[in-house]
Amino acid sequence: MNFFLLSLIKAVVVAAVLVTTLAYLQWVERKVIAHIQVRMGPSRVGPHGLLQPLADVIKLITKEDLIPPYVNKFLYLAAPFFAITMALLSISVIPFGSEIHVPGGTTWMQLADLNIGILFVLAVSSVSVYGIALAGWASNNKYALLGGLRSSAQMISYELPLSMAVAAPLLLANSLSLRHIVEGQAGYYLGFIPRWSIFQTPMPQIFSFIIFLIAAFAETNRVPFDLPEAENELVAGFHTEYSSMKFAAFFMAEYSNMITVCAITTTLFLGGWLPLWPASAGSNYVPAIVFLLAGAISLYHGLNPARRLDRLTLPVVALVFFVIAAVFLIPVLKEALLPLFWFAAKTGALLFLFIWIRGTLPRFRYDQLMAFAWKFMFPMAVLNLLVTGLLVALFS
Amino acid sequence: MDVILFLIFAAIAVVCGFNVVVQSHPIASAISLIGVMGSLAVLYLLLGAEFLAAAQVIVYAGAIMVLFVFVIMLLNAGAEIRKGRALLAQVLGIPLLFTFLGLMAYFARNMFPGAADVRFGGFQHGTAADVGRALFTQYLLPFEVVSVLILIAILGAVVLAQKEME
Amino acid sequence: MSAGVPLSWYLILSAVLFSLGIAGFILRRNVITVFMSIELMLNAVNLSFITFSYQLKQVNGHIFSFFVMVVAAAEAAVGLAIILTVFKNRSTLNIDDVSSMKK
Repeated sequence: MNFFLLSLIKAVVVAAVLVTTLAYLQWVERKVIAHIQVRMGPSRVGPHGLLQPLADVIKLITKEDLIPPYVNKFLYLAAPFFAITMALLSISVIPFGSEIHVPGGTTWMQLADLNIGILFVLAVSSVSVYGIALAGWASNNKYALLGGLRSSAQMISYELPLSMAVAAPLLLANSLSLRHIVEGQAGYYLGFIPRWSIFQTPMPQIFSFIIFLIAAFAETNRVPFDLPEAENELVAGFHTEYSSMKFAAFFMAEYSNMITVCAITTTLFLGGWLPLWPASAGSNYVPAIVFLLAGAISLYHGLNPARRLDRLTLPVVALVFFVIAAVFLIPVLKEALLPLFWFAAKTGALLFLFIWIRGTLPRFRYDQLMAFAWKFMFPMAVLNLLVTGLLVALFS
Repeated sequence: MDVILFLIFAAIAVVCGFNVVVQSHPIASAISLIGVMGSLAVLYLLLGAEFLAAAQVIVYAGAIMVLFVFVIMLLNAGAEIRKGRALLAQVLGIPLLFTFLGLMAYFARNMFPGAADVRFGGFQHGTAADVGRALFTQYLLPFEVVSVLILIAILGAVVLAQKEME
Repeated sequence: MSAGVPLSWYLILSAVLFSLGIAGFILRRNVITVFMSIELMLNAVNLSFITFSYQLKQVNGHIFSFFVMVVAAAEAAVGLAIILTVFKNRSTLNIDDVSSMKK
């Protein structure tokens, strides 16, 4: 198939999946945090609150789009546009799977494999600081300015440990292209331990993984580093003066950054789209078994319902899960769906970790946050890089 | 295709560069300068300098310009007031600028008569591996000196910006 | 293959940006804008270096460009710290008003 047509189709598919995932990630977050806090979360709009994201979108679109008269108009309108553009841009270099056959040849499940893939991601995250800083400035409001400056200073401070933590697995992978990084993690030690970066000899990248995750929390302004946008500090931080779709743009940008950062962690440290144990030992049937189990549990809870409506909705959910399990067994679609399942499972686990931590930890004070970055994270990241470099030089 | 990309991004670079000089509020100049750096990064990619294009965005547009934007926001100095300029400067300034540019263009064309056209993919040795190899073998001493320079700059900035001791 | 871009066009673009930087450096009164014109000049020079590196088929131009970027970063950090100190003491960013060492 023509290269441009194929790229266009891939871009449309990735964009559609990303935007839907954004909306339903918010639903998942609200449900999970609710269950951590022993309550139910959204449950009125649609079965189990599944139409809640739609209701939120309708609310945000139909809200009054107020532009205060004292703001710097151009920057005020440009800042959310800039933030969401940068947030959606870095998804374009992430490999979702291996090579698949399409009518007309083969193609990779990735929008663009750049030679400098990981540097592109770092560059986009460096430039996305401007969306927040300019939003704070343009609002002409001292709380927004302070929130914007604090948030930007936090983001650029944590970029340093992030970049150092990224450099260590690059030493093991010997390439900057994300596709080569994942391919370098193929294979198994002793037949069953996957050769992911966090398990690789000469230096298992566990410290890099932890440092990267902590820095990623700070880069995406998530709890425990979300002081600049917390509701009970600084009014609402840099998005105080924003309403309706512009606020929704910042919101979407934050969730999109979260998804991107989890996808990058999966690619760098957890082996991307590679399965947990070899295909010869039956890992090709794991998705089918997982969805069968999920369907069975839904069916059980549908037959012994806790709430009256569950008698109707949960068997439907079970049916959907059984259909998905059957789809994973179709041999024609297997080569495309299996790597996608593993990638989605690992990214989903990391996203659950993000949401879990939001429901559990209190937030840092701003000076504690900055001291943590400069006095602890940065030296640890440098030390980790030095040790990795030494071991790679000695044993390769 | 190369020509179209070059023309688009060169036009963006020149317009943003002109905007840097002409705008009265420093924040508008700063944003225009970020535009210049972004379009220059694309031009570096066309010239085969992939590592340098990424470094330009990460270091220049993503760190140095953030520093400028922070200082402008903190100082909140406001737009510059225009004062009158001497008539001689205004009459001679623009024509002299164009003469200067024309001379440079003439010399640029005639200095390299046999130069090949720039094609995307014509220079394959700008990867991170090549830059790293040259940086750590042939240019190791300047690399170490420059790292000490950055250390001095960090110390200088910290000393200059700290609160005065009582 | 499509036609390439003549090398001299890159050099002319570099010259245009450099002269815009000089114009900003000489004409503007706000010290931060003067600083940004210096950065514009440095970027123009970087483009020249990389163009010549393409023409000579060597990577040395990229290395020089890299060093220029690093030095520009160091200079921006210290220069902006100095500007902050001058602003704290003189309360003005107009370079005509800070031209004497007396208060």
